[in-house]
Amino acid sequence: MSLINLGAYELNELIKKKEISVFEIAKAYVQRIDEVENDINAFISFDNDLVFSRAREIDKYIKDGNDILDFTGIPIAIKDNVCTKGIKTTCASKMLSNYVAVYDATVINKLNRHRFLMIGKANMDEFAMGSSNENSAFGVVRNPWNLDCVPGGSSGGPAASVAAFETACSLGSDTGGSIRQPASLCGIVGLKPTYGRVSRYGLVAFASSLDQIGPLTRNVKDSAALLEAIAGYDEYDSTSINTDVPNYKSFLNTDIKGMRIGIPKELMIKEIDCEVKSSVNNALRMLEKSGAIVEEVSLPNLEYALSVFYVIAPSEASSNLSRFDGVRYGYRNTKSRTIREMYKKTRAEGFGPEVKRRIMIGTYCLSSGYYDAYYDKAKRVRTLIINDFKKAFLEYDVLISPTSPTTAFKIGDRADDPLTMYLSDVCTIPVNLAGIPAISLPCGVSKNNLPIGIQVIGDILREDNVLKIASAIESEVKWKMNLQI
Amino acid sequence: MENEFADIKNEYETVIGLETHVELSTETKMFCGCKLSFGAQPNTYTCPICLGHPGSLPVINKKAIENAIKIALALNCNICENAVFHRKNYFYPDMPKNYQISQFDMPVGINGYIDVDMGSYVRKVRVTRVHVEEDTGKLIHIGSTGRISEADYSIVDFNRAGTPLIEIVTMPDIKSPDEAKQYMITLRNILLTLDVSDCSMEEGSIRSDANVSVKLISSDKLGTRTEIKNLNSFRFLQRGLEYEVDRHIDIIKSGGKVIQQTRHYDNKTQTTMVLREKEEAHDYRYFPDPDLVPMKIKEDWINKIKDTIPELPSAKEKRYKDFLGLSDYDSSFMANDFEISSYFEEVLKHHDNAKAACNWIMGDFSAFINKDGITLRQSKITPENLAGLIKMIDSKEINGKIAKLVFEEMYNTGKNPTDIILEKGLKQINDTEKLEKIIDEVILKNPDAVSQYKSGKSKAISYLVGQVMAKTHGKANPQIVNEIIIKKLS
Repeated sequence: MSLINLGAYELNELIKKKEISVFEIAKAYVQRIDEVENDINAFISFDNDLVFSRAREIDKYIKDGNDILDFTGIPIAIKDNVCTKGIKTTCASKMLSNYVAVYDATVINKLNRHRFLMIGKANMDEFAMGSSNENSAFGVVRNPWNLDCVPGGSSGGPAASVAAFETACSLGSDTGGSIRQPASLCGIVGLKPTYGRVSRYGLVAFASSLDQIGPLTRNVKDSAALLEAIAGYDEYDSTSINTDVPNYKSFLNTDIKGMRIGIPKELMIKEIDCEVKSSVNNALRMLEKSGAIVEEVSLPNLEYALSVFYVIAPSEASSNLSRFDGVRYGYRNTKSRTIREMYKKTRAEGFGPEVKRRIMIGTYCLSSGYYDAYYDKAKRVRTLIINDFKKAFLEYDVLISPTSPTTAFKIGDRADDPLTMYLSDVCTIPVNLAGIPAISLPCGVSKNNLPIGIQVIGDILREDNVLKIASAIESEVKWKMNLQI
Repeated sequence: MENEFADIKNEYETVIGLETHVELSTETKMFCGCKLSFGAQPNTYTCPICLGHPGSLPVINKKAIENAIKIALALNCNICENAVFHRKNYFYPDMPKNYQISQFDMPVGINGYIDVDMGSYVRKVRVTRVHVEEDTGKLIHIGSTGRISEADYSIVDFNRAGTPLIEIVTMPDIKSPDEAKQYMITLRNILLTLDVSDCSMEEGSIRSDANVSVKLISSDKLGTRTEIKNLNSFRFLQRGLEYEVDRHIDIIKSGGKVIQQTRHYDNKTQTTMVLREKEEAHDYRYFPDPDLVPMKIKEDWINKIKDTIPELPSAKEKRYKDFLGLSDYDSSFMANDFEISSYFEEVLKHHDNAKAACNWIMGDFSAFINKDGITLRQSKITPENLAGLIKMIDSKEINGKIAKLVFEEMYNTGKNPTDIILEKGLKQINDTEKLEKIIDEVILKNPDAVSQYKSGKSKAISYLVGQVMAKTHGKANPQIVNEIIIKKLS
């Protein structure tokens, strides 16, 4: 078996036993990247030499007798909206195509303490806006299961790189489903933690009240371990939660007997593919067999989640993205005669169409005279959605739904139809609005060989329940990976 | 001119409201750990946060909130339960994020007031809000004039970006440019007493925007207002407002209409000029900053802050009157200028003679510094040395006349009075034996004056005393001299 087929925890075991060196791991992954990256396009920045020199450094660190932590020497790809000091951080935008971050994000600092092996900066939808990774200034990412299909988005690069064995794990960001939906479409595990569980410091903001960094991995155990490594209070992020980080790995492979699972009927809508529905139902039956109690539940206000999201997220984005003006860093139109002209041309040329669309929607929603009808109203409905979840979690330990209504779709299929594209996130968006944790993991493969994902949602800071159920699904539900590459 | 203004005043009423920005002198910036600086090498006091780098996040400076609460309490405001921050969105190159983190509908303090002492009356100016925000960077326009309109290009220094700023907004309760000036003096004095800002006018640490309109006294309806931006001196504030009031009245009298505008005061021409019309007003698209959670302001925190508020000028004035025995005028003069009152109290710490300290500060000292255009603290005389001088007078080591000489020497050189007196041999002669000898000489040499005195012209004695003083180069104790002469001639 090749090294690249091993999970992070398996590699960790081998490193600890001194059976392999980090350099050997690096060599295996670099070779794999050389083979498939032309097809996948999962990376924006990738530098062989840098990976090898880092690997050697880590080997020396280990040889010097330092502690080996969970991610010492483990290859991790970082979504290109997470700041990495001295390395380009582009957000897949022309606006930042040459921007070199001046500091490390908190999650990078935390992983550096492990001496992780940064394998590269992963492709994404521009500024994390999209569900197909087609909105990248660095080209589309292709789904390793079917190269004609999208990998999902916005963490298309992080998901595809993990699925294609170009890295052991990756970090993505999730604002409305951007970790879970691509994880689902690529047949891997993607976890969005509770809002505030992981520091956002150094994550280039899309929608500040919704963004959260999380792991994309090939198994639930790696997901738990990576979450443990990056979670925790950060004084640089006022919205981070100041509670201890539990030992997430300890919640795996536990008895789920008597656990109560709610199925929100508002997430089992007609837009969900039959195949997806039956795979999810199949997983639910397995859980019942394992002793869990499964019931349908209604969260009536979820119906409005998509509309609420597409007011709140663009509103925050319109303000967050106003700093990209060509004055201090990033792309600048140099032919302008006045500051106004420079602003206009820089932003007209620097941003792609989806980003512009959302800036315009957001600017409109926050404008005087419209604020009450849009932003304020959306915030009120958001509270109703939060209350729906609160009520449901009085009854249930977790809620389960499909992650995405469909399997991976063809590149170009939805590119000209933003509304259909937005529907891709109908099941994941409510979770961000409520700030609660959720995981997506594979629960089957469609007839045309595309993976199907199931979403497990927990209450605030109840990643433990999410991981318990996910781990049970992982061990009970069998499916076969059959990549095109 | 004076009369004309009085006439106009009879017919029209001036309505003024002020928005004052005060830079807090906290150690670090409002939302990051950068130190505050003034006059440092451009862009050296910056970090990813105050430069608005992608991914950076703000964290509230608690000390700044504490100072804001302190100010709000001193201005008699109610304190809000939560400090909530909003984003004020607009594009300008001195603003790193193209939004300013500010407060909107939940400022730290609301519904306060300041009593402004106008001498013959007190004007109560209501304060609608005290809020916290971050300052912008500084644009420098490179070109022959330094003005933006004629600049070849502009450069920007972000050292100031993120400095904690307090905005204090009044109701339109101010009725004249003079009251506006007095309001700002009073406010500045309170802020200096609270020790929350250096309130330096030159460095722009305190600056006001003034909204002004005029209306017929008989009318209830307010006139259309104009706003004068960025007035960073008491004089500019007063002059700018006087110009605007005259301009409004002229327009109204000639049957025209005042247009709502934002204007700029130019001290060279002593006029105001249009900056922008109302139609160009920004839509700031305020919304709560999702990067910041509301900061709870609990009762016990407020109480703790209350305990740190020092004696405010109004209380000082009362104490000077009631306990130090200063006159109304003197108390007001000494209390209502922070620099004077702090200097005054330091003098008293070294020698407890309030009346004398007050007289020196208001008399000779003021005359000297006014002539040189400096302040008490900028002069070479330390409070300790002034106290020393007064002490010497009180203990009769020197007389008043010599004291004036010593004072001048102190002012010019900064030396302490003891040294000056030793150096110049100015110590008062209280030795009666020594004095009698000199007096005998003077009596002998001035028979005319002596006979005049003896014939009942008691004034002649001053001439004789003067002669003794001259002979001793002013060092004789005039009182003793007086007594001895009387004794000798009777």
